[in-house]
Amino acid sequence: MANQTSKSFVDNLGKIYGVYAGGFIGFVILLAILEQMGVPNRVIGYCFVFLTIGVYAYIGVISRTSEISEYYVAGRVVPPFFNGMATGADWMSAASFISMAGGLYLGGYGALGYVLGWTGGYVLVGVLLAPYLRKFGQFTVPDFLGVRYEGNTARLCGVVVLFCASFTYIVAQTFGIGIITSRFLDIPFEVAIFVGLLGILVCSMLGGMRAVTWTQVAQYIILIIAYLIPVVWLSIKLFGNPFPELAYGQVLEQIGELEKKLGILKPHAAAYVDAKGQFSWVEFNNFWALTLTLMIGTASLPHILMRYFTTPNVKDARTSVGWSIFFIFLLYFTAPAYAAFAKLEVYTNVIGQNIADLPRWVQNWSQVGGLLTIKDGNGDGILQLSEFIINQDIIVLSMPEIAGLPYVISGLVAAGGLAAALSTADGLLLAIANALSHDVYYKLIDPHASTMRRLVVARVLLVVVAVIGAAVAGTRPAGIIQMVAWAFSLAAAGLFAPLVLGIWWKRTTAAGAIAGMVIGFGVCVYYLVGTRYFGMTEWFGIRNISSALFGLPLAFLVTWIVSLMTAAPSKEMQEFVDSIRVPKGELHWVAGQAHE
Amino acid sequence: MAALTPAQRDAYWNKTSRLMWIIMALWVLFSFIIPAFAVQLNQIKIFGFPLGFYMSAQGSLIFYVVVCFWNASAQNKIDQEFGVAED
Repeated sequence: MANQTSKSFVDNLGKIYGVYAGGFIGFVILLAILEQMGVPNRVIGYCFVFLTIGVYAYIGVISRTSEISEYYVAGRVVPPFFNGMATGADWMSAASFISMAGGLYLGGYGALGYVLGWTGGYVLVGVLLAPYLRKFGQFTVPDFLGVRYEGNTARLCGVVVLFCASFTYIVAQTFGIGIITSRFLDIPFEVAIFVGLLGILVCSMLGGMRAVTWTQVAQYIILIIAYLIPVVWLSIKLFGNPFPELAYGQVLEQIGELEKKLGILKPHAAAYVDAKGQFSWVEFNNFWALTLTLMIGTASLPHILMRYFTTPNVKDARTSVGWSIFFIFLLYFTAPAYAAFAKLEVYTNVIGQNIADLPRWVQNWSQVGGLLTIKDGNGDGILQLSEFIINQDIIVLSMPEIAGLPYVISGLVAAGGLAAALSTADGLLLAIANALSHDVYYKLIDPHASTMRRLVVARVLLVVVAVIGAAVAGTRPAGIIQMVAWAFSLAAAGLFAPLVLGIWWKRTTAAGAIAGMVIGFGVCVYYLVGTRYFGMTEWFGIRNISSALFGLPLAFLVTWIVSLMTAAPSKEMQEFVDSIRVPKGELHWVAGQAHE
Repeated sequence: MAALTPAQRDAYWNKTSRLMWIIMALWVLFSFIIPAFAVQLNQIKIFGFPLGFYMSAQGSLIFYVVVCFWNASAQNKIDQEFGVAED
């Protein structure tokens, strides 16, 4: 690939990635044959981890660039279909791939809030934001705030929110990468994190958005294959039906019967029930609060929004949102099936067995930082349900072993989980580093910096943020899914109101937007930190994963009131907003504002 | 092509806004109103799926995919009608 993305490369994307997907499947079959020939599991694990990271590194290196617009927005040549795939990988992280089905396994209906919340937000992205941000056509989300709200205060507020949300998110991803590499390379968790870090950096450092885009497409292909194969396999094995999404209705029925037999009070499919199986308003309220937070967060997270800066035009940005949600949907509507199959396997093949006879996977997983514990409480040598404590973060990774599938499938799932975590970490890292290098360094500190210097600063910041993220992840601050949900809350409370109102309500003033951001984000942080670290009582029983529930409406309210109290935006600014709303034509820049 | 007159521009934006509000209303229906009745819907079983569970696990998701593509095509039609679609 030359310094600029060549036309022939873009024209041949289908062929290139088709060959790549075929090659990957061939590689899996080869390893399956090797396994049958007696190659040890450990070697298979190494092959999966290192070969896939090697491929990403290769793409990362050949996509290196020293062009500003290639580095920040992949030259704006990414076709909607492939941008959809890249967004899918960017979006689906360790939380979706590793933890979500685990959450569904443990939480039943209650965890469907994640499934709804992490898909429905795309409707908001596609209708309210993506096409207009594409028309705006700059490099970062804070760029939009800085221009629309005329000044660096709004830009800086945007950077602060972006940093807090994306950093929390990246810590969760590094944590997930640590779990996988530690288990499949057999090395300590703290070391594994830094091995994973190298994997992240090789993809993003040299080529910025361009390298991350083409790597993410490759990662999507691996992660979706890895997610679907084990559950399709189980579905065929148990029901002769290759569509687990249809077959798991029967699984739900069988689980229902087993629950009665095992004396479980909280049925899997029952909505809004507490641990005793009784209807609970607290569960009901937390369900919709979480759904709302995650959806709004989707439409506020800069690493997702900036993917739509890379399409050739506004129309493609809209179509691209459709492809994004389609590719995400493929995994999300399978996750509840995954959870149901895992539950059925555990209830039938694990519970009630002699503890001494439990297969090797139990021992292997028990060694990864207390994520699986088996304790013979009553000393009868038989495993009871209450003696089997499994962490939600390892359900997906261990399910192939629980169900007795060949080890090659475990390796495949690990490669998929790694692809999911790496791709999201890359997108996040780029969002943070771009905001710091473009919005803080270039726009605020040194507007005359040369291209060369800007790219050097961007790369140095990328490495620094990545290392700090890994160091924080090493302290195991919380579970993956909680950390990710916090990130969504922070972004939703801080960014959604100024972005949406900036486009849809011309009367929004700079003072209004800034006040809204500060108060919305402030209240969200206060609630999150207070309930998490200082034992503050929850308001209305709402858990802190939905902290945005209080900050978000306040952000809208404050923006509205303060905007009406301050003078309307200038005529020039109103024309600028008008020009953003229409796909065709030039933007009407407000005089004196620098833009690229 | 000449730029839109203010009147045309307002008409364009009214149509765009109307599409936005319709989609937002449907979004609320599938994201919050249907899930709110999950307990009642769970009484109905289809192919082993309790309906309330099914809607939150698959039904609403299918709607999201369809509506995102529908939004793209409906908005394109509006763009073409006003001659503001990109070349």
